[in-house]
Amino acid sequence: MKMKKFRYLDHTAILRLDGDACVGCGNCVTVCPHRVFALEGKKARIVDPDGCMECGGCAKNCPVGAIFVNPDDGCGCAAYIIQSWINRVTGLRLNLFSC
Amino acid sequence: MARVSSSLGWRDRLGTLRARIGVVRHRYRVNPGLYCLGNPTHESPVLVSANYKLSFDSLRGRLAGIDAFILVADTRGVNVWCAAGKGIFSADEVALLVERTALAERVSHRRLILPQLAAPGVAAHTLKKNCGFSAVFGPVRAADIKKFLAAGMKCDEAMRSVTFTLGERATLTPVEVYLALKPLFFAIIFLFVLAGIGADFFSFERGLARSVPAAVATAVGLFSGAVFTPVFLPWVPGRQFWLKGMEVGALAGAGFCYWHDGGMANIGLALWVAALCSYLAMNFTGATPFTSLSGVKKELPRGLACQIVLAAVGLGLWLAAPFIRG
Ligand code: SF4
Ligand code: SF4
Repeated sequence: MKMKKFRYLDHTAILRLDGDACVGCGNCVTVCPHRVFALEGKKARIVDPDGCMECGGCAKNCPVGAIFVNPDDGCGCAAYIIQSWINRVTGLRLNLFSC
Repeated sequence: MARVSSSLGWRDRLGTLRARIGVVRHRYRVNPGLYCLGNPTHESPVLVSANYKLSFDSLRGRLAGIDAFILVADTRGVNVWCAAGKGIFSADEVALLVERTALAERVSHRRLILPQLAAPGVAAHTLKKNCGFSAVFGPVRAADIKKFLAAGMKCDEAMRSVTFTLGERATLTPVEVYLALKPLFFAIIFLFVLAGIGADFFSFERGLARSVPAAVATAVGLFSGAVFTPVFLPWVPGRQFWLKGMEVGALAGAGFCYWHDGGMANIGLALWVAALCSYLAMNFTGATPFTSLSGVKKELPRGLACQIVLAAVGLGLWLAAPFIRG
C-alpha cells in the first residue's frame, strides 16, 4: 500500500531547511523514508512537508547542518510521553511502561 | 569469524514468533561482530545490521546465494530504526566495530552498506571520518537487498519508501496486546472489588456477577483498540489516532450494549470500551512509521481528556447502577 494513504496531522511536523547553507549533496533525498525532499539543480527542496515523521535521518546526514528537525527524542508512543510528563511533574524517574 | 546461513531454522522461527508476541523483545540478541555469509572474498559487500535478532534474521534470510560479510553492531538488542532513533545505532558504534573486527584487513574496498532506516542514528560523513569507510544507504526493506546489489547498489523510489501494509500492521498487534494485558489484569481485579459494592455494602456474588461483563467489556476494548483499529487503520476515518479509536470504540461499545442489554450498567461499560479503545489506538502511534512526535504531542492532551472523562462517567454509571435498581 502506498504511504500516501497514511497521512498524519498537517502543518505539525517541525522541519526546516536552510536553502543558503545547502550544498546539494542529496543525502537528505536519499535517506528520507517518506520522500520529503527533492533535489532541484544544486539545492534540496522540501516537497512534502506534511509527510515528515521527524525521524531525523535527513538532519543527521546533512554534512553542513542545513536541516533542522524536532530534536525531542522519544519513541512517539503515547505511553512514553505520558510517562515523561508524569516524571517531569513529580520529579520521579519512573519506568511504568516498557518502552 | 562466525559463519551464518541464509536459511532460517525452526529455532529462528520460534524465536521470531516469541519476539513478535512480546515475550522476549529486547533480550533477543545476536553477538555483535563480523559474520560470513556464503564464501565472501575481499571484494564482497559488507552489510551492517543491528543486533536485534529479528533485524539480523530478516537480513540474512533474504540473502540466499549471496556472498557477503555482515557486520552486526551492538544496538543492545534494539531493532534498526528504534536504535537509530535513540542514538544507540550510531557512527561511533559502527566505527568501533570496524576497528575491533579489523575489517580493513578483510576487505579491499572501503564501503559499508547500511540499512536506510539507520540514517537517524548513523551520519555517513561522521562514519567516514571515524573509520575511513564510506556509508552507502541500502533499501528500507531487507527484502530489496538483492535487487539493490544487482542494480549496482542503487535503489528506486519504492525501495527508499517506507510502507505500512496490512501484514506489517497485523504483525505489530500482538505486542500491543501483550503490553496492555498486565495493567488490564489489575484493572479487572480492581473492577471486581468495586463490582461488589451496592446498597448492602459489599456482596461477593454481585462482585462476580458484575465483574464478568466488566471483564468482557475490557476484552472488547482491548481487541478493538489494539488489534482492530491498527489492522483497519487506513479505513477508519480521521487522522488523529484517539479519534479513530473513539470511532471504533463507540461502535464496539454499542455492539456490547446490543449484545447484553442497554441497562445503565452496560451503558457505563460501553463508555469504558470506547475510552479504552481510544487510548490503545492512540498508543499505537508509537509503532507506526509515519506519525511525528509533534503530532502525537498535539493530539495527546485532547485524546487523554476525552478518554478520562468517558471512563469516569462510564465507571460512575456502572457503580451507581446497583443502587438505583435497589
Ligand atoms: S525527519 Fe525523517 S521523515 Fe522527516 S524529512 Fe527528515 S528524513 Fe524525512
Ligand atoms: S543533505 Fe544538506 S547539503 Fe545535502 S542536499 Fe540535503 S540539505 Fe543540502
